[in-house]
Amino acid sequence: MSAPIESASLLLPLAVTGVAPFASWLTRHNENNREAGSFVAAGLTFLVMLSFVPGILEGHVYSYTLFTILPGITVTFGLDGLGMIFGLIAPLLWGMATSYNIGYMRGLQEHAQTRYYFCFAVAIFGAVGVAFSANVFTLYLFYEVITVFTYPLVAHHQDAEGFAGARKYLVYLMGTSKLFLLPAMVLTYVLCGTLEMNLGSVLSGMFPADVVAAHPNLVRLVYALYICGLAKAALMPFHNWLPSAMVAPTPVSALLHAVAVVKAGVFSMSRIILSGFGVETMNSLGLGLPTAYVAAFTIVAASLIALTKDDIKARLAYSTVSQLSYVIIGVSLLTPMAVQGGLLHIANHAFAKITLFFGAGAIYVVTHQKKISQMNGLGRKMPWTFGAFGLASLSMIGMPPVCGFVSKWYLVNGTLQAGQIVLLVALLASTALNAGYFVPIFYRAFFKAPVISIDGYKEAPLTMVVPLCFTALMSVVLGFYPQLFQNFIRVFGNY
Amino acid sequence: MDFAYPVLSSLIVFPLVAALGLLLVRGDALVRKVTMVALIIEIVLALPLTAYHFNADFQFVERLSWVPQWGLEYHLAVDGISILMVWLTLFTMPLAVLCSWTGISKRLKEFHVCLLIMTAACIGVFTAMDLVLFYVFWEAMLIPMYLLIAVWGGDDRRYASIKFFLYTLTGSTLLLVAIVAFRIAGGTFSIPDLMTQTFGFRFQCLCFLAMALAFAIKVPMFPFHTWLPAAHVQAPAAGSVILAAILLKMGTYGFLRFCLPLTPAAAEYFAPMMIAVSVASILYGGVVALGQTDIKKLVAYSSVGHMGFVTLGIFLFNQRGVEGALFQMLNHGVITGGLFMMIGTVYERSHSRDIQKNLGLGKYMPAFMFFWGLFSLASFGFPGTNGFVGEILVFVGAFNHSLLVGALLVPGALLSAAYMFRVGLKMAWGQPSSAKSWSDLCLREWLFLAGPAVMVFYIGLAPGLFFQMITPSVDKLLADYDTRRGAVVDAAPVQTPAPAATGTEKN
Repeated sequence: MSAPIESASLLLPLAVTGVAPFASWLTRHNENNREAGSFVAAGLTFLVMLSFVPGILEGHVYSYTLFTILPGITVTFGLDGLGMIFGLIAPLLWGMATSYNIGYMRGLQEHAQTRYYFCFAVAIFGAVGVAFSANVFTLYLFYEVITVFTYPLVAHHQDAEGFAGARKYLVYLMGTSKLFLLPAMVLTYVLCGTLEMNLGSVLSGMFPADVVAAHPNLVRLVYALYICGLAKAALMPFHNWLPSAMVAPTPVSALLHAVAVVKAGVFSMSRIILSGFGVETMNSLGLGLPTAYVAAFTIVAASLIALTKDDIKARLAYSTVSQLSYVIIGVSLLTPMAVQGGLLHIANHAFAKITLFFGAGAIYVVTHQKKISQMNGLGRKMPWTFGAFGLASLSMIGMPPVCGFVSKWYLVNGTLQAGQIVLLVALLASTALNAGYFVPIFYRAFFKAPVISIDGYKEAPLTMVVPLCFTALMSVVLGFYPQLFQNFIRVFGNY
Repeated sequence: MDFAYPVLSSLIVFPLVAALGLLLVRGDALVRKVTMVALIIEIVLALPLTAYHFNADFQFVERLSWVPQWGLEYHLAVDGISILMVWLTLFTMPLAVLCSWTGISKRLKEFHVCLLIMTAACIGVFTAMDLVLFYVFWEAMLIPMYLLIAVWGGDDRRYASIKFFLYTLTGSTLLLVAIVAFRIAGGTFSIPDLMTQTFGFRFQCLCFLAMALAFAIKVPMFPFHTWLPAAHVQAPAAGSVILAAILLKMGTYGFLRFCLPLTPAAAEYFAPMMIAVSVASILYGGVVALGQTDIKKLVAYSSVGHMGFVTLGIFLFNQRGVEGALFQMLNHGVITGGLFMMIGTVYERSHSRDIQKNLGLGKYMPAFMFFWGLFSLASFGFPGTNGFVGEILVFVGAFNHSLLVGALLVPGALLSAAYMFRVGLKMAWGQPSSAKSWSDLCLREWLFLAGPAVMVFYIGLAPGLFFQMITPSVDKLLADYDTRRGAVVDAAPVQTPAPAATGTEKN
C-alpha cells in the first residue's frame, strides 16, 4: 500500500457540513432559504465527495492532520474506500431527507424547526467526520458530536414520552461511550503510543505484533471495550436505545436511525475491527467468531421482536437492529466474501431502510396512523408510497433484484467460506423472519379491506413522495449495479 | 532576561497600589472602571512574561535579602509549574470584576479593594520561592476571601465564611509547622535550596503529612471538602469564580511545589493513600453532585471531583499524570470559572440558584444555553474541548500506573457527564419555563464568557503551546523525584531520629 496522500481538500466536505448548521440558523427567519441552505450544503458535499472517487479507485488513501493534541492523539482526517461509502451515502441521503423534511415538518406544523434543522445538519457533520476519521480520537470526537446533537432531535416533541425516550438514548449512547469507548481508547494509547488506524488496508491495525504477543488478554479486553462502547451499532444488549429513539419525528428516524447515527455505529465498528485491529490481530486473538455469534443472536432475536410490533416505527426499529448486525457479522467473519457483503450492506441497508421510514412518515402525515393493523387498504390510496415500501421490503428480505440480495449473497457465501453453518442458519432464518414481518404490511395495504375510513386520503406531498421513490429506485439500481459501491470495497478490503 | 522593571514584583505591588488609589475614588461607576483598568494594566505589566523560555529553569528571578538574621529572602520566580497559574490569575480577575458589575450593590469600593488585594496575594503565592514569603501570601489571601464571603455573600454567609476561615486556617497552621521544621532541618527557607537537600524518612513523613493536610483542605480533597459547597453557595459570583478558578489550585500547586520536591520519599510512601483519597474525591464528588438541586452546589461538588483528577495525576508520578494534573488545573479554572460566572448571570435574573427556578431557558436565552452547554461539555471532558485534554492525560497516566486505578476513574468520568447533562437539560427544556420575561445575555456578559469559551477550544484543540511551557518543568520535577526518593529510602533506617539529628547539626 502506498503512503497516504496529504491533502487539505479533505477538509472541504467537513467545512461545508460544518458551516451548514450556522447557515440554517442565520436564515431562520425565512424557512425557504433555510431549507435551501441544507440542499446546497448536501449537494456541495456530495460533489466534493465525488471528486475524490477517481483517486480512491486508484487505490490512494488521503490524509490530513488538522490538530495535534498530543503526540499520537491528533485530529486527523483520512479517506479510503471504506470511508468513501459512508461519505457518499450521508450527503446524498441528507439531500433526500431535506426534501422529505419540508413535507413532513411543514405538513405537521412542527415547532422549533430551526433548532431541528440545525441539529440535523450537525448530525450530518458528525457522520461525515466519522467517515473521515483516520484515528480513534477523531472517530470518538465525531461519534460524540452525533450523540449530543441528535439528543434535541429525539426529544423534539418535548413531552414526557419524548424526554423519556431521549433520556434512554443519551444514557445508552453516552453511558457506553464513557464507560467502554473512552477506556478502550486510553488503553490503546497506553499500549501502542498512538491512535492512528491503518487506513487503506485490512491486514494489520494499530496494535504492533509484539504488543499483541505480550498482552493478548489485555488486547482482547480492549477489543471487548470497543465493541461495547460503540452502542450506536445496536448490537445486543446495547440496542434498546434505538426503539426508544423512535419518539423522534419520522425524518429523524429515517435519516439518523437508519443512516447517520446507526451507520456511524456500524461504520465505526467496521473501522475498528478492520483498520484498528486488522485481520491478522483479529485472527491471532480469535476475536472474530465470538463477535459474529453475538451479531447472529442479535439478528434473530431482533427479528423475532419485530414480528410482535404493531407500531410500524417500532417494527422498523427492530428490523434496523437486526440488519445492522448483518454488517457486523460480515466484518467479524473476516473472510473476503463476508467482509464485502457486510460493508456493502452499509450502503444497501441505508437506501432501503430510509425508504421504509420515509414511507412510514408519509403514511403518518396523511393518516396520522402508526399502527400496522390500521393500514388495511391504504395501498390503493397511496400507491407510490406503498410501492416504494414494498420494494424496500424486498431489499430487507434479500430478494433479487433489489440491493439487499447482493449483500446477503456475499454474506451467505462468506459464512460458507468460513464454514460457519450456525451463522448461515441464522442468516437464512432472518430472511424468513424478514418476510414474516414485512410481507403482511404490503399485503394489508393492497389486499385487505380497510378497517378505518380511508376516504379522502391521497398520496403524501410531492416533497415526500419524490425522495422515497428515489431511494427505492436507488435500491433497485444498486441491485443491478452493486459495483457502484463494491469498487470502493475492492480497493479497501482486498486481501 | 532583562526588563526595565522587576516583572513579578510589579504584578504584586501594582494591585496593592491600585487598591490604595481606589480608596480615593468616589462614585460607584468610577470604582468599577478604575478597578477594571487597573487589572488590565496588570495584564499589560505581565506581558514580559510572554518571553518565558521553554525550559525547566526558574525564570524572572528576583532575589533580595529580607530579614538577613533569619535568612528570610524576598525571592520570586516562575517555572513551568506556576507560569500557567499566574496567567490564569491575571485573566480571571478582570472577568471577576466584569461578572459582578451589576450584582454587587453595597460597599462597592471595599469589594473592589478586596479583589485587588486578592490579585496581589494570588500572584504572590504562585511566584514566592521562599517558604515564609509563600506563607505570608497564603495567609494574606485568606482575609479578602473571607470578607468576600462574609460581607457580600448570601443569607448564610456568616456560617460559610467562618467555616472557610477555620478550615483553611487549621491547614495553614500545620503548614507553618512544616515550614519551621524545614528551616531547622535544612537551614534555609529558600525553596530551590531545599529542593537540593535530602531529609530523613521520618522527618519527610511528618512534614509531608502536615503540608498535605493544609493542601488537601485547600484543594479540597474528600473528606476535607465540606467547607467548599458552603463557601461557594454563599459567596458572590466573583468570589466563587476566584475561589474555584484560583484558590483551589493553590492546594494542588502546593503538592507540586512542596510535597514532591521537598519530601519525595514520603510522597512515594503516601502515594497509595493519596491515590485512594483522590479516587474517593472523584467518585464522591460525582455522586453527590448528581443529587443536588442547587446549581451552585452542584458545580461546587463537581469541583471536588475534578480536583480529584488533579491530585490523582500528581501522585501517579508519571509524566502524563503530572501534565494532566497541570492541564486539569488550568482547565478547571477556565471551565468552572465560566460556569460560576454563568450561575451569577442567571441568578441576577431568577434570584435563585435552585434548578427548579431556572427551567426552560433554551427558548428564551439561547446564547446563555449555548455557553452553558459549551462549558458543560468541556466540564465532562467532551473531545475537542480543554476538559478532554486534562482528563485523557490523567487517564493515560492512571492506566500506565495500573489497570485498577484507571478502571476506577471510568465511573468518575461517567458521573460528570451524568450530572452536567441532568442540570443542563433541565435548564434548557424544563417545564414550565421560568425564563419567559428574561433577556438573553447582554454585551458585558458576552464579553466575560467569550474569553473562557475561546480558551475551551484553544486548549482543547491546540494545546501545544501549553505543553511547551509545562513539559520541561514536569520532566525535571519527575527526574528529581526519581533520583531523590531512592537515596533517602535506602538511608532511612539508619538515621531514625532524622529531624533531631539534622537539626542539632545545623544549630
